[in-house]
Amino acid sequence: MDATILGAAVINGLLLGGSYALVAVGLTLIYGVLHIINFAHGSLLMLAMYGAYYLLVKAHIDPYAAIPLMVVAMFAAGYVLYRGLIGRFSHGKDENILLITLGLSIVLENVALFFFKGDSQTITVSYSDRMVALGPALVPLPKLVSFAASLVLCAALAWFIARTETGRAIRAVAKERQGARLVGIDVEKIFAVSYGIGIACLGAAACLLIPSFYVSPSVGNLFVIVAFTIVVLGGMGSFAGALVGALIIGLTESLSGLFLGEALGQIGISLIFILILLFRPTGIFNK
Amino acid sequence: MLEVRGLRAGYGEVEILHGMDIDVAEGEVVAVLGSNGVGKSTLNNNLSGIYAPFGGSIRFCGEGIAGANPARIVDLGLIQVPEGRRVFPNLSVRENLELGSYRRGRAARARNLERVTRIFPRLKERYGQMAATLSGGEQQMLAIGRGLMSEPRLLILDEPSLGLSPILVDEMFALIGELNGEGLSILLIEQNAVQSLEAADRAYIIEHGVVAMSGPAAELARSPDLRARYLGL
Ligand SMILES: Nc1ncnc2c1ncn2[C@@H]1O[C@H](COP(=O)(O)OP(=O)(O)OP(=O)(O)O)[C@@H](O)[C@H]1O
Ligand SMILES: [Mg+2]
Repeated sequence: MDATILGAAVINGLLLGGSYALVAVGLTLIYGVLHIINFAHGSLLMLAMYGAYYLLVKAHIDPYAAIPLMVVAMFAAGYVLYRGLIGRFSHGKDENILLITLGLSIVLENVALFFFKGDSQTITVSYSDRMVALGPALVPLPKLVSFAASLVLCAALAWFIARTETGRAIRAVAKERQGARLVGIDVEKIFAVSYGIGIACLGAAACLLIPSFYVSPSVGNLFVIVAFTIVVLGGMGSFAGALVGALIIGLTESLSGLFLGEALGQIGISLIFILILLFRPTGIFNK
Repeated sequence: MLEVRGLRAGYGEVEILHGMDIDVAEGEVVAVLGSNGVGKSTLNNNLSGIYAPFGGSIRFCGEGIAGANPARIVDLGLIQVPEGRRVFPNLSVRENLELGSYRRGRAARARNLERVTRIFPRLKERYGQMAATLSGGEQQMLAIGRGLMSEPRLLILDEPSLGLSPILVDEMFALIGELNGEGLSILLIEQNAVQSLEAADRAYIIEHGVVAMSGPAAELARSPDLRARYLGL
């Protein structure tokens, strides 16, 4: 095997992992606080990608410039979804939240099919095809931007959770709800805020993905299985785990694509998933 | 400052408290005694708004708080240090204390941190440590410290001596005396009848979901009936 090809595959894998990171971090945050898997994660990502797509096509707003807008919009969407639907109809039962988010994803996907039709769309921006030399690899500029921005945003989110009063409240609610109520934390509001932040991550991820990725009504499924694997690999609810897990999964996908052929790239991910469940079901970052 | 009238409370279909009257006046230490499972914590959690009562009224500093949300009740200064501590295990000692003033006492957070760590120097030594790794006694200190951070007007202590060594129990009761000496009103829920009756001004004995006996603590401590049943004398 040529070292250059291998080096390029490693770099591409890491970049790919970076673009998974935000999606996985959002999923793991929601899991950590609400103790549920957000089955609507993929379809909300899809929705955000259409949002970024139409912002460019109809309003001529560059996807990168649209990040703040999409983050705020998706936060609001997540917050309202939790307050109006998930929190209201779950009656405090986790299995209800699960079913509601699952139902939500089916509805969103079908609504998207109805409005956007089944075929996939791509956009072209001036920098779509620009390539950058990165060691042995020649990588598309949008992928490099997406990687760097993902890491920066994950770090910003980690800072927010670690350092701010709301971040402290989120961590408190994650582990001790009654204690949180007794210091006057509005637990339901923190749930909604956490869900909103998890969905806001998708808003940013969508803007970073759209310059180099297609969008279709089912595009979310592609990401949600990968993100779920990452979250399990990193340890459910662990931030650092989600980040490192994303890079590992990106590498795995790229390398198994290299060795087994493009079409089989995802097999490596399934393999990792099974191995983790067999040997380390709590993930690499949890004791 | 606290007036509970005809409080009925429970869970789902099951009524545990069948109409209780309890008062705490400004500056008092009031003990609530009763055997396991009689509904003492149920009472507290209805006072704190964790559960909504089935019926009756709760007034605190003139405001009706039955069924109010916990944040509102914290705002008013009715603060509970719950049974089982309920500290935030994944947060450091310092963060636990800081969250004590999430809702009330935020402006004086730094000064109150000083005060709490003066009362519990052990917490200062463990400032950066995760609460989960504290000993049981340290967790109890942390829970009380977190409660004090909210600048309580009435502090509910639910079995603060549970699981503490005899020396720490003595320290706990000494602390109750000190805090009360500074003017804090305290509602003390306890199994430890002897020391509670010594520390309290008045006491209520709960049986079968109602107040079976009440009065000045010193009087109750002399009551032959009570001595036989609760003090094993
Ligand atoms: N969340 C709950 N759901 C249903 N029943 C409950 C709940 N919490 C307590 N109970 C029941 O209510 C009754 C009173 O419980 P409570 O915790 O108030 O007792 P307690 O007087 O505090 O006892 P202890 O001294 O052991 O702490 C018990 O029979 C208990 O099983
Ligand atoms: Mg109890």
